[in-house]
Amino acid sequence: MARYLLRRFISMILAIWVVATLTFFIMKALPGGPFAREKAIPPSILANIEASYHLNDPLLKQYADYMVRLVKWDLGPSFKQKGRTVNEIISDHFPVSAQLGLSAVFLSLIVGIPAGIISALRQNKWQDQLAMFLSVVGVSVPSFVMAALLMYVFALKLGWLPSAMWGQFKHMILPTIALAGFPMAFVARLTRSSMLEVMQQDYIRTAKSKGLSQRVIIYRHALKNSLIPVITYLGPLVAGILTGSFVVEKMFAIPGLGRYFVQSINNRDYTVIMGITFFDSLLLVGLNFLVDLAYTLVDPRIRLMDGRK
Amino acid sequence: METPVNINDFTPVAKDLKMAQSIARPSTTYWQDAMRRLKKNPLAMIGLFVIIFMVLTAIIGPFLCKYNYSDQDYTNRLASPSKEHWFGTDFLGRDLFVRVLYGARISLAIGFFASLINLTIGVLYGSISGYFGGRVDNIMMRIVDVIYTVPLTMVVILLMVLFQPGLKNILIALGLVYWIGMARIVRGQVLALKEQEYVLAARMVGAKKWRIMLKHLIPNSMGPIIVNVTLNIPQAIFQEAFLSFIGLGVAAPMASWGVLADEGSQAIQSYPHLLFFPAAAICITMLAFNFLGDGLRDALDPRMRR
Repeated sequence: MARYLLRRFISMILAIWVVATLTFFIMKALPGGPFAREKAIPPSILANIEASYHLNDPLLKQYADYMVRLVKWDLGPSFKQKGRTVNEIISDHFPVSAQLGLSAVFLSLIVGIPAGIISALRQNKWQDQLAMFLSVVGVSVPSFVMAALLMYVFALKLGWLPSAMWGQFKHMILPTIALAGFPMAFVARLTRSSMLEVMQQDYIRTAKSKGLSQRVIIYRHALKNSLIPVITYLGPLVAGILTGSFVVEKMFAIPGLGRYFVQSINNRDYTVIMGITFFDSLLLVGLNFLVDLAYTLVDPRIRLMDGRK
Repeated sequence: METPVNINDFTPVAKDLKMAQSIARPSTTYWQDAMRRLKKNPLAMIGLFVIIFMVLTAIIGPFLCKYNYSDQDYTNRLASPSKEHWFGTDFLGRDLFVRVLYGARISLAIGFFASLINLTIGVLYGSISGYFGGRVDNIMMRIVDVIYTVPLTMVVILLMVLFQPGLKNILIALGLVYWIGMARIVRGQVLALKEQEYVLAARMVGAKKWRIMLKHLIPNSMGPIIVNVTLNIPQAIFQEAFLSFIGLGVAAPMASWGVLADEGSQAIQSYPHLLFFPAAAICITMLAFNFLGDGLRDALDPRMRR
């Protein structure tokens, strides 16, 4: 297990380095650079700017400086908003996104897993067919369509819930559902197929022949193993919810990091784009590593892998 | 306790009885078998027909319409669906039906070509890694591990910021990034297949490595590859719509479904039809591909037979 985790850890570090390097070189390669304006800047001022941002240093030194700053967790200033740093932007807006994202993760698991179990136990009955039909629809509807539909029906037509703003519980309901739609459907499909597989295993037959009740077989024996694929999906799930938040936060005008990211893409605030990209990547890679860790703890087959090799 | 066998108990089998032992039906190949199973799956067949229909309308449709995607009719802006404009008109008075048709061209083209690039890179990478094995495989798979750990959507966004929005650039960005899954599947297939006797036989008669790879290993991995492509196409369409929605899509006046949906979502309060039609187009296409992909997976993967 230690070797497996070490390997995962090394690829995590490498992945973060790849993203950091990409952001650096993309910043350098951007046409015109971040200081390009419609109006020409006087050369003397340009020289001042370049000196203060060390743009005249050799590329390798700039790269090394950039890496050192990233390690010290200094993502630099915004080029479009005076006096705001990327660090500030992240600490101001990320909590909102985290709250929304966590509730979406929670919702997708708490609906997806039971739906998957029910349809596996009622395989090919109407409950199964209904759940699987809904889940195919769920994975086929992009989050912005889902968001728009919810907004149109519940906010504009019925007037039950607000269509924008943030702060109270009622503001969270629609965005959370919009965000959780896709992962919910996916979790349901995943749980169903792994539950079906587990129910055909020998130890389930043993449990049945011991005369255990259906309840005990499902909850004590089958459920744990059938949730392993769901744990491995947690990484992509969080990634999907994070990128989905760009769309949903934009549509519901939620002051989270996602909406800020889209705004900075639209007004080409390059340092903010790179900073948030780096932050999000760090977050995802770190969470993925935690998921791997959890996975090895849960599944003894992985724990024993080194011994077999 | 041995019972003696009496030879007289046995009679020679008559000729016509021998015939009864022969195979009654012509043997079916893997592909015929898969097609037969696919045809039994109504949802997958509906999906297939919807896709064919979509592709045909995307190709032929625009020629049959009296409007162009950029024709503006200022007296008739933001009109609701009518006989004149089936899907209504947008905020510049452009016919939405025609724009959705052109959008189908762009979105479907992105789906197909991005998957084609993924397919090429993934199959080459995976089969080389799997076939050569050993140290080559080890290094190549470590690289895949690292790429797999990198959040790919963020990389696509970075690439699009660098390249500037546009059809060709979206294709390049999506094509360059999402081949990892394909590479892993093909590698797994090749690893299993290269131990088979027919590969040994091919090696014995002196076939070159490339020939074995292209003529034996890749064709025999076709099932999982096709399933992966079918599920990759809607992913690419999804990604493109997502990129368009956050402002990194195809440039005006051409519009993909994602761009149209983005425009529509800004006016959802007053003009819901602007969002409804492109969104419906995206959803129907996704559904069709997902149904077909699921059906193909069940049909092509014998382990799924229940």
